Amino acid sequence: MNAPETMIMNEWVKVGAIDDIPPLGARVVKSAHGDIAVFRNADDEVFALLDKCPHKGGPLSQGIVFGRHVACPLHNWSIGLADGEAVAPDVGCVRQFAVKVEGAQVFVKIN
Amino acid sequence: MKKMKLVMVGNGMAGVRTLEEIIKISPDLYDITVFGAEPHANYNRILLSPVLAGEMTLKDIMLNDVDWYEANGIRLHLDKQIARIDRIARKVVAADGTEESYDRLLLATGSNPFVLPIPGKDLPGVITYRDIKDTNAMIDAAGKYRHAVVIGGGLLGLEAANGLKLRGMDVTVVHLAEWLMERQLDKTAADMLKKSLENKGLRFLLQKQTTAILANESGRVGSVSFSDGAQIPADLVVMAVGIKPNDDLARAAGIHCTRGVVVSDTMQTYDPRIYAVGECVNHRGVAYGLVAPLFEMGKVAANHLAHLGIGRYEGSVTSTKLKVTGVDLFSAGNFQGAADTEEIVLHDAIGGVYKKIVLKDDRIVGSVMVGDTGDGAWYFQMLREKQNVAEIRDHLMFGQSHLGNTGHQGQSNAAQMADTMEVCGCNGVCKGVIVKAIKEKGLFTLDDVRKHTKASSSCGSCTGLVEQILASTVGGAYAPQLNKNKPMCGCTDHTHEEARKVIREQHLLSIPAVMHFMEWRTPNGCASCRPAINYYLLSTWPHEALDDPQSRFINERAHANIQKDGTFSVVPRMFGGVTTAADLRRIADVVDKYQIPTVKVTGGQRIDLLGVKKADLPKVWADLAMPSGHAYAKALRTVKTCVGSEWCRFGVQDSTQMGIDLERAFAKMYAPHKVKLAVSGCPRNCAESGIKDVGVIGVDSGWEIYVAGNGGIKTEVAQFLCKVKTADEVLEYAGAFLQVYREEARYLDRTVHWVARVGLEYVKQRVLEDTAGRKALYARLLYALQDEKDPWQARAQGVAKHEFEALTV
Repeated sequence: MNAPETMIMNEWVKVGAIDDIPPLGARVVKSAHGDIAVFRNADDEVFALLDKCPHKGGPLSQGIVFGRHVACPLHNWSIGLADGEAVAPDVGCVRQFAVKVEGAQVFVKIN
Repeated sequence: MKKMKLVMVGNGMAGVRTLEEIIKISPDLYDITVFGAEPHANYNRILLSPVLAGEMTLKDIMLNDVDWYEANGIRLHLDKQIARIDRIARKVVAADGTEESYDRLLLATGSNPFVLPIPGKDLPGVITYRDIKDTNAMIDAAGKYRHAVVIGGGLLGLEAANGLKLRGMDVTVVHLAEWLMERQLDKTAADMLKKSLENKGLRFLLQKQTTAILANESGRVGSVSFSDGAQIPADLVVMAVGIKPNDDLARAAGIHCTRGVVVSDTMQTYDPRIYAVGECVNHRGVAYGLVAPLFEMGKVAANHLAHLGIGRYEGSVTSTKLKVTGVDLFSAGNFQGAADTEEIVLHDAIGGVYKKIVLKDDRIVGSVMVGDTGDGAWYFQMLREKQNVAEIRDHLMFGQSHLGNTGHQGQSNAAQMADTMEVCGCNGVCKGVIVKAIKEKGLFTLDDVRKHTKASSSCGSCTGLVEQILASTVGGAYAPQLNKNKPMCGCTDHTHEEARKVIREQHLLSIPAVMHFMEWRTPNGCASCRPAINYYLLSTWPHEALDDPQSRFINERAHANIQKDGTFSVVPRMFGGVTTAADLRRIADVVDKYQIPTVKVTGGQRIDLLGVKKADLPKVWADLAMPSGHAYAKALRTVKTCVGSEWCRFGVQDSTQMGIDLERAFAKMYAPHKVKLAVSGCPRNCAESGIKDVGVIGVDSGWEIYVAGNGGIKTEVAQFLCKVKTADEVLEYAGAFLQVYREEARYLDRTVHWVARVGLEYVKQRVLEDTAGRKALYARLLYALQDEKDPWQARAQGVAKHEFEALTV
């Protein structure tokens, strides 16, 4: 493993076990960047987005998760979990964070 | 795997819509090739009239440009007429020799204009009105010549005449029948239309039979002569006497045709590899020329071509809602009437309004309207659903919206609105924005408009207005979608009713089981269908089906109302609006302890604590030690009461106690939507029982029960259900009513919407006439509510802890 990669590795933060997040649900992680929503879908894929809808700042962590999308609880915009993009015809994008699952533990790259 | 080859002959609206549907549901199944006889990609044929009139350009009416075909990997042959189908070799051959083999063939060849078989029909200057070429020929002629004669006083003929007039020609419309548009209008309506068109300078010759078209000295058309010997000058003749399905290609290939390519309910022709959609089709003996049925066909054909095999096209009842040269017209069904029908007529010749509703056995069988067509969609829906209108007969003529609709300045006629006026008060959408989106994005349905503009997507009170705008902008294309057959959402083609039926009959107990059984297209639904199914499961199988919190909207998952800043509001239950010093003191202490910024008295006689942090909710509930008010849920909200006979000098019944009893009995009752009750102690009705889902009014001899009122978006006065003597009867009748609603309404239907659909007669039959049924309903409601825990106290003790805590890093 070379040096730069080790540096990146150091930025991964363990946020908990995958079972702490309900399937088709989300949990919030507090960070210096603001709240981060960590989602888990039915296939146990895990995603992390800034917890702020690009429309009016709604907490995406509180939305209904389906497929690889979440519906914002305030005005029902659909946001792609994998890319943070609003589903057309709505336009907007929310910041994403890298996530990985190792063993049963979830890590988010917060930098 | 090698893809199958799908070839489509014809490149019009119905065919391309079918391709769009296929691409949406099965993007990788086919290699698609399209042959279009015109040199243009897919355009909106209905908007040729505005192009002729100079209001739009060809660019404005394109639906799918060449880039669309390329982006979807579709091979597009423009300007190529298919000469024959070789069914044995499974290929099509174009006139220029181009060949293309197919696994599936889709015929969408449309229709041809009917040409009168009279002398002179082939002269230069005699044209039909069907495509861009014809439109350009008319525009060209209008620049050079003076006299235009349009043969045919139907929709197309009148639009052509209007366009030519606007381009400066002297126009005469020749029509064989006694009045214009005789297929759509009665004589009164047609006379009004004629008069308004005459005011614009058009001339009409009715009951005239054209016998010949004569040439001038240069060989171009010069005049038209009639059976009565009369003759008029003509430099341009437009034949608009009708269309016939273009089934030549199919017929030559030996496919069964009778006035169109004959198809089954799956849009399959007699050759199982060949499908057909659109105006070229004969389905159950009917050939359709309106866009809505063609799109419905496209949806079914796409479903079968995509190997899903669940859709069936069962024919369409069509209505015509159009704007002929600025005059709004509507017609549906048997608008002429017959010996056994009755008519309700409103005729204001000076004001330009004419409305006729034809009734048979208390049901609408037809309608024709001029000028004010705003309620056309409503009449048409009742016509199609064969709804009994006996109860609303006295105000039928005045439309659905004669009671106050809020949010758009009381407007109920879109045509009278300026482009800058707000249509949707929730999302701030003006009329001009909606019109622009419809034109530019080629929108045809209410759902499309909602998606693109957000208009009518929140509270829905402006739906009628948006439909009117859609109808007048897309012209004859628009037919309101019937709620009855509307799929739940994009995840499935099944309706709410079908989902409920399957859940009941198959005894399904979980969302995945329902989605699996009904072959949902998406792995786990969406934010629209999941909450609905979760409710259907719980209401059908109480104590059996398991609640899925992840399929509930956040408010019902967190048991508090989410606010715009992500905090929550807390409304404790105060039975009947009665509170105590101890409760108020505890509320005050909680406000201090958790620094709750706003305390507000609600409209439902309760107290709202606003701005509570999510993490504080369980502690707030523990300290309050009061039950949840369910102010956040599709459930029983409040029972509003007046002080009644205990204190009031006018009160004749103890309305406060009645309200408390109702609230205690039905608290924790989930429903398709929120449910509000009220009890007044005398007919002065201080608790406003007239606008509640169930409103009870005390009278000297007992209680009157009113149902299906609504005080929100659209004020709806509750309807009288019955009068009972005792408080126990109030509980039983109100409970039975609510239980039918819980068991049968669609998710997100308020009682008013549901009763409007099934009719008060039905409700009376279930709740009043069927005594055993009423008792059974009431028992089922009590069973469903039995042992239901208070959600706040459960969470105060640690249930669903993860919902309220952040992960700690």
